[in-house]
Amino acid sequence: MIFYWTDTLFFILLLMLAASVIRTRSKEHLRRPWRKVARSKSAMVSLTVLIFYFGFAILDSIHFHPTESQAGEGSFKTEAISLLDWWANPLRQRTEKTYSAPFASYGFARETVIGEDGVSRRSYPRLLYGGAHLADPEHGKFLDILQTGFKGFRDGFFAWLVLAALLTLITSKSSNLQFVPYATEIVKGRTEIPWRAILITLLFLLLASFGLGELSLKYHVFGTDKVGEDVFFQSLKSIRTGLLIGTLTTFITLPLALALGILAGYFRGWVDDIIQYIYTTLNSIPGVLLIAASMLLMQAYMARHEDEFASLALRADFRLLFLCLILGLTSWTGLCRLLRAETLKLREMEYVQAARALGVHQSTILLRHIMPNVFHLVLISVALDFSSLVLAEAVLSYVNIGVDPTTESWGNMINSARLEMAREPVVWWSLSAAFVFMFALVLAANLFADAVRDAFDPRRAE
Amino acid sequence: MDTPLLSVENLHVAFRQGVEQVSAVKGISFDIHQGETFALVGESGSGKSVTALSVLRLLPLGGKIIAGTAKLDGVDLFNMPEYEMCDVRGRRIGIIFQDPMSSLNPVMTIGQQIGEVLRLHFGLNGADLKSRAIELLRQVGMPRPTQHFDEYPHQFSGGMRQRAMIAIALAGEPDLLIADEPTTALDVTIQAQILALLKRLQQETGMALWLITHDLGIVSTIADRVAVMRTGEIVEAADSGPFFEKPQHPYSQQLFDARPSLTSCLGRKQSENLPALLEVQDFKVYYPIKKGLFQRVVDHVRAVDGVSFSLPQGQTLALVGESGCGKTTLGKAILNLIASSGGRVIFDGLDVTGSSGEARRQRCKAMQIIFQDPFSSMNPRMVVGDIIEEGIRALQPELTEQQRRERSEELLEAVGMTKDVRLRYPHEFSGGQRQRICIARALAVNPRLIVCDEPTSSLDVSVQKQILNLLKDLRKRQGLSYLFISHDLAVVAELADHVAVMRGGKIVEIGPVEQVLFKPSQDYTRKLLEAVPGDRQRRLILQQ
Repeated sequence: MIFYWTDTLFFILLLMLAASVIRTRSKEHLRRPWRKVARSKSAMVSLTVLIFYFGFAILDSIHFHPTESQAGEGSFKTEAISLLDWWANPLRQRTEKTYSAPFASYGFARETVIGEDGVSRRSYPRLLYGGAHLADPEHGKFLDILQTGFKGFRDGFFAWLVLAALLTLITSKSSNLQFVPYATEIVKGRTEIPWRAILITLLFLLLASFGLGELSLKYHVFGTDKVGEDVFFQSLKSIRTGLLIGTLTTFITLPLALALGILAGYFRGWVDDIIQYIYTTLNSIPGVLLIAASMLLMQAYMARHEDEFASLALRADFRLLFLCLILGLTSWTGLCRLLRAETLKLREMEYVQAARALGVHQSTILLRHIMPNVFHLVLISVALDFSSLVLAEAVLSYVNIGVDPTTESWGNMINSARLEMAREPVVWWSLSAAFVFMFALVLAANLFADAVRDAFDPRRAE
Repeated sequence: MDTPLLSVENLHVAFRQGVEQVSAVKGISFDIHQGETFALVGESGSGKSVTALSVLRLLPLGGKIIAGTAKLDGVDLFNMPEYEMCDVRGRRIGIIFQDPMSSLNPVMTIGQQIGEVLRLHFGLNGADLKSRAIELLRQVGMPRPTQHFDEYPHQFSGGMRQRAMIAIALAGEPDLLIADEPTTALDVTIQAQILALLKRLQQETGMALWLITHDLGIVSTIADRVAVMRTGEIVEAADSGPFFEKPQHPYSQQLFDARPSLTSCLGRKQSENLPALLEVQDFKVYYPIKKGLFQRVVDHVRAVDGVSFSLPQGQTLALVGESGCGKTTLGKAILNLIASSGGRVIFDGLDVTGSSGEARRQRCKAMQIIFQDPFSSMNPRMVVGDIIEEGIRALQPELTEQQRRERSEELLEAVGMTKDVRLRYPHEFSGGQRQRICIARALAVNPRLIVCDEPTSSLDVSVQKQILNLLKDLRKRQGLSYLFISHDLAVVAELADHVAVMRGGKIVEIGPVEQVLFKPSQDYTRKLLEAVPGDRQRRLILQQ
């Protein structure tokens, strides 16, 4: 096992998430709004999708040095790979020469091919891997795709059946019903948590992933990019990058915004003046400019300390971490402002005054009375910011100040695809794949955030 | 008898809460006739406002009329298409709400807001509209109608805003005016003016007035007929005369009994020469008014301006006055929750003005506060046990968890709650129960003085009575002293030994309760007393 910086932080974050879930279960006032979230169909469907994405990110965050057999042929044995890399070895290693369209069996560009008769002519070459098993791609391909896809769907459906039965069994334990009556409740959509919607989402996810998985063994389902890498594999790898940026940045934003916002609002006076001065200054510098400057500085630093960043992966990882850091440093002001305003209101609340009259210490008041009462704001804005951060990564990578070019990310995919948009015929698949994956994640995150906001916003409570 | 103007029959209204339906109004029927004043009386949550809103078909989200009819001049309102209903609202039935602060649009002038109604219902425009609006403003007794036409709501006081609201409601020349707690948010003197205005307007225009209130005092002043509502049902409906002579239903009786009365202070013994527990000398709280680029202090708002009084051990001093007179500021500043600007606070012979450190901790132990709003005075994210134990934790850190727990259970029983509420959250309790918990929290550190900042003004009368009894009981058992801040003279009469009347940051009159309430020496005190609605008994006594 080997832990990169981002891996460690990501797992710490997941542990904190788990800890807060356990804490939430024991507190009535925290459980109540979450129960409302759990009752919302769109929220639970989005959550299922999010968990699916997180599953990939976790698989991709467990790195290790591969043994000879694990690494597969033709790869650098010195570089650590992740579980996802290992699992998707066939995808990772079957690179073509250059572009190829989704499900293609011939290359995208003409090449000089020497035929059986020894005469060389310009034509579209057969791909090394895509559809290589077919004797006559012209005729047999469509049927083969259907057959393979169906096989994947079938496996996916069985996997879903097993999973659904397991879930039903586990959840029926917590209700008072037996397995069969509980299952009918689910089918009729009468359970408190919308299990039917969740299971249907799960079915679609599993069908899609098994289908695509099966097909991708024989074809490049999303085509290949300029250097012949499988775009589907790139999209999967990008999940980790996107999620990391969304979550780690929050990790940096949150303590800053929370501490400064609450202090400014509670103590007012000169404390407030200083904190406000800091964030208005920070806010008046264009964010992109600040990020660009920092990223260039960081690159200069890495260039001067080459010995500390021995491997490419280490460099890419450090760059990703630094990007999170700088994104976090430039984006805490909004939340801070919000928290300051809320604290200004809360400090005049009578329970805070009562605590002061009881001689409770200032720090205790902040921790026990102010912080828990601004936490709904934190939760709402974190959920909403997550998706905008994922999008920010794409934009920053597009202008070349984002993640390292060797790191797979949706931004990089879009960036590398933009020139090809002018080609005839158009190379559309990199862009579309990145778009589809990003869209699903951002949509799920937004829908979930909406439900969270509805549940936690006191103004929307009945 | 002629056909009633409004006839409500068998009205059922329910609210959706999650999956279940909670019925708010359970089959009530009543009539309102042309030109009469009908009062619907009830405690909070009895469904009286919901009834009014459902007649106008303006129920909030989740509310639904299940059954029943409401006929205005024989036309069923519930079967009317929405666009016809729009003509009824404002034109046939006008409504005034409780809170004049939030029911006027802050970015429109009063003239525009009245004009909106006039344009909509009468198609008036330009000069006609303006002259009619000014006439309306004059009718509701605004001092400078022409000028007020172009003014914004924030330039008005609470009473003026309520007048403006009434002018807007009158603009449609309605046959029926619904007044939903029209004076609850106002001071007593203003309340009396508004009630008199409503009565006069009703006589001038001949419209019917439907008054919704929790205050029997108001009802006795202006209503012709009364209906008492309780948990969605009308328990008694009668003409006002017989009703106030002798209410029939036990619940109405209970409402009457629960009302605090000015006369309750008569014959209260005054113990002399008790040592002073709290002495306040020439106390001042000024807020600076800052102006200009460098925020120079140009003047001060004198919230409390040279107040002196002393409170003997085991006694209660009431601070009374209208809103903005500085009584709450004074109470909080004595506890150093607001910084004071001058003067001294001597507690038990010790000068504690603006003290800090150990002296502050000691003072915190001895002086506590109970607030007006039981909903905002407890942290919604803490359980009751933690709320009560907070003071013990801070001031007696040496106690073990077990001891703290026992102490909090003791306290809960002392304020009439059961032990098991320790593990519940504040939102699970009603206003009165919350106020009990707040009292328990204050008692937790064994105080000798409690500042009660309007502790009963947001509670229903029956609950108010219970809390007052609890306070009296605690005073007797634990020898507590209270600094009781209130705007309600009747409540003060129930509890206080001494009364200090405040106005504009100064004490205008101070003395034993009987003397201040029955032989006031100041005009202002007299004016306050006269404005207390419906206390006929006191007037009789005064006449003797």
